[in-house]
Amino acid sequence: MSRSRRRGRRVTLPAPVLALAVVAVLFFALPLVGLLWRAPWSDAWAYLTEEHALTALRLSLICSLWATLLSVVFGVPLAWFLARVEFPGRSVVRALCTLSMVLPPVVGGVALFFALGRRGLMGQYLDRWFDFRLPFTTAGVVVAQTFVAMPFLVITVEAALRQLDQRVEDASRTLGASRWYTFRRVTLPAIRPALVAGAVLAWARALGEFGATITFAGNFPGTTQTMPLAVYLALETNPEQAIVLALLLIAISFAVLVGLRDRWFGRSDRSSTTVLA
Amino acid sequence: MTVFAAASLTAAFTEIGFAFTVENPNAKATFSFAASSELVTQIGEGAPADVFASADMGNMTRLTDAGNNSSEPQVFATNSLEIMVGPGNPKGITGVADLADEDLIVVICAPEVPCGKYAAQIFESAGVMVAPKSLEENVKAVASKVTLGEADAGIVYKTDVTAAGDKAAGVEIPADINVLAKYPIAVTREAANAEGAQAFIDFVNSAQGQKILASYGFLAP
Amino acid sequence: MTLSASLSLRLGTLDLQADLEVKPGELLALLGPNGAGKSTLLRCLSGLAPIDVGRIVIDDLVVDEPSTDTLVEPEDRPIGFVFQNYLLFENMTVLENVAYGLRARKTPKADARTVAYEWLERVGLAEYADQRPRSLSGGQAQRAALARALAPNPRVLLLDEPLAALDAGTRSSVRRDLRRHLETFEGMRILVTHDPVDAYALADRVAILDAGRIVQVGTLAQVTAHPRSRYVADLVGVNLVTGVVTDGVLTTRAGAHVVIADARTGPSFAVIRPPSISLVRELVAGSSARNTWAGTISEVDRLGDRVRVGIEGQLPLTAEITAGALDALQLQPGDEIHASVKATDIEVYPA
Repeated sequence: MSRSRRRGRRVTLPAPVLALAVVAVLFFALPLVGLLWRAPWSDAWAYLTEEHALTALRLSLICSLWATLLSVVFGVPLAWFLARVEFPGRSVVRALCTLSMVLPPVVGGVALFFALGRRGLMGQYLDRWFDFRLPFTTAGVVVAQTFVAMPFLVITVEAALRQLDQRVEDASRTLGASRWYTFRRVTLPAIRPALVAGAVLAWARALGEFGATITFAGNFPGTTQTMPLAVYLALETNPEQAIVLALLLIAISFAVLVGLRDRWFGRSDRSSTTVLA
Repeated sequence: MTVFAAASLTAAFTEIGFAFTVENPNAKATFSFAASSELVTQIGEGAPADVFASADMGNMTRLTDAGNNSSEPQVFATNSLEIMVGPGNPKGITGVADLADEDLIVVICAPEVPCGKYAAQIFESAGVMVAPKSLEENVKAVASKVTLGEADAGIVYKTDVTAAGDKAAGVEIPADINVLAKYPIAVTREAANAEGAQAFIDFVNSAQGQKILASYGFLAP
Repeated sequence: MTLSASLSLRLGTLDLQADLEVKPGELLALLGPNGAGKSTLLRCLSGLAPIDVGRIVIDDLVVDEPSTDTLVEPEDRPIGFVFQNYLLFENMTVLENVAYGLRARKTPKADARTVAYEWLERVGLAEYADQRPRSLSGGQAQRAALARALAPNPRVLLLDEPLAALDAGTRSSVRRDLRRHLETFEGMRILVTHDPVDAYALADRVAILDAGRIVQVGTLAQVTAHPRSRYVADLVGVNLVTGVVTDGVLTTRAGAHVVIADARTGPSFAVIRPPSISLVRELVAGSSARNTWAGTISEVDRLGDRVRVGIEGQLPLTAEITAGALDALQLQPGDEIHASVKATDIEVYPA
């Protein structure tokens, strides 16, 4: 029985299951391979270092990071609220906050438009009183990205909070810790994997956001033209450049996802029992 | 039978489609409207179009250069450009020169699409430096930004101003700086229904088709 | 300077009503069957479960009084709580765990760590200070939880089944250690347990909680001498009969009659020790035993030389006879049997 004692025991799947899994992997790999195959490798560097490509990249990274930050700052309290506080209509509120996950992004953009555009429900006051408009600005891009990305974080963190053993939080309170202190020193560390996973998902979603951005914020190099928009437009006249830009975006996302390994995504700490009799 | 046509042909071609079916009960035309440049790319990648109608010669040339046409392109209409503003022209714009005002929110098409190229040409001819707030992906998007009140002005085709009805007003661009966009049409090489495609093109060029185009503001070829 | 509580709470199927008082330096054990409401009572005292009606006062501070809308949150009560599964914080070291209560109450980090370290030395866990709770054994975790609860110097210490999570082998040594550590605590201590041995070893007084009510309070000796609930009767191993006495006869609710040798009247308890019950297959005339009841044998439990026989009937009883007698009579579950006891062998006291 020495075989089963080896570390990393081999697990065998039933053949049909394995076949489906392989098809799934191919499904994801094929488009990427397609891009790599059509990429104009000799001109790639020139396309990449072109100013407008670098500008779009920088804008994408800045906006998506801001969107992720906002998602965390607002999303974590929201998740805490939804997970811990019972109030009538809670499921409706939860559905409302995660609606943009299922909305087509363009629809989201249009909705933002009618809320925060120059003639929008709230936007008109922003314009009239503060001379501030969101469309056509980088801030508008961040708003559009946050709108679509935040639900990913909220959902992940809320699930983790619900699964947490509340008795550990009870223990903390009996030791004299306020709710906030408990959250900071006990709850947050316990949900760290979920928080990281949620933030990464939100970031990825924000980085790839197109429909809401182009509808709400518009498209202008340096201000609102993020990478996805740049790729789309490049496709019109210079598909080769589009491919190169797309590959760059993919490479960055890939690097981040691989870099954040299982350790961060995986096993959450068991927060209660310690008994090893 | 599938027709890929420039976004600016949306309203006109839809009506032509109905009229075509009335005349030829066995034929049905389905349309895909988008920026001409995008459509050419899609056709190049094998999208199933029978007819291609472009908003400029440049994109049609891309098609013929790639050998993706099976009939000689014919110009079936022309269109010129106009400044679209909100109804009643609230900002009192009188001409292209006014668009240089930095307090105005001006939107034009991206340079990769025909109407964007034309707008750039117009600005150059007029010797005006305009700083647009957004470069939209197709002319319909420019039009909607103006009709929804988000932008103060946009450069669109005359036909788009007509199509907007009372949701927008137009400011003429004088002929000496304006661009006359030529709209060519051709049957694609991979057309599944080449006969139907040619019939459609013939209809577009017929008196009835031309009358419909004119009613939307297109000019004769 | 005491803890006094008079409270009432409905939670799910539990209807809890309790009055108790604990003095400084005293350890009260709450003993009772599962589901009696012991843990819930602790949660009420700690503030984790607000009460419906009543009043809880700790050291002259009213911490819960619904009628005046007074409710002091757990974090503001001078209590320490040792939970059944210890609930140590996995993301911190053992030292940080013990220092937690002090730091939460705004003690500067360095001071908190010093005090925490002293506590760890006191409970013999100093060498584990920088390790994660994961690496502690059951008994060690319990000591760590105790140190953590005591470090902020609370007035009241609440312990919920502190030994339940341990296996039988470690339980006695940990119990001894716990006793030692608890002895030096000057405040009030309440310990919940289902194991009477814990109560015996650690408590000054015992309160028996059954189905949400405190049925008996006293020292363990007092409580077991005169059981007032089925739970304690089972604990001690005697039969407890409840009923009303008139003219020397105790009548149970089921209508069974028990002749007693006592002059009292009114609601009473009667204790019948199993060894004092004789079993006969057929009634004999002329016996001096004033009490015989008919029944059916429900179970037979051999315990070495002795056998416990459970009898169902109008008066359910458990009798204890010798193995020899069992074999001689060839008694088996399902047999019809008569149980008989002398009136003088029955102890009666008021309910």
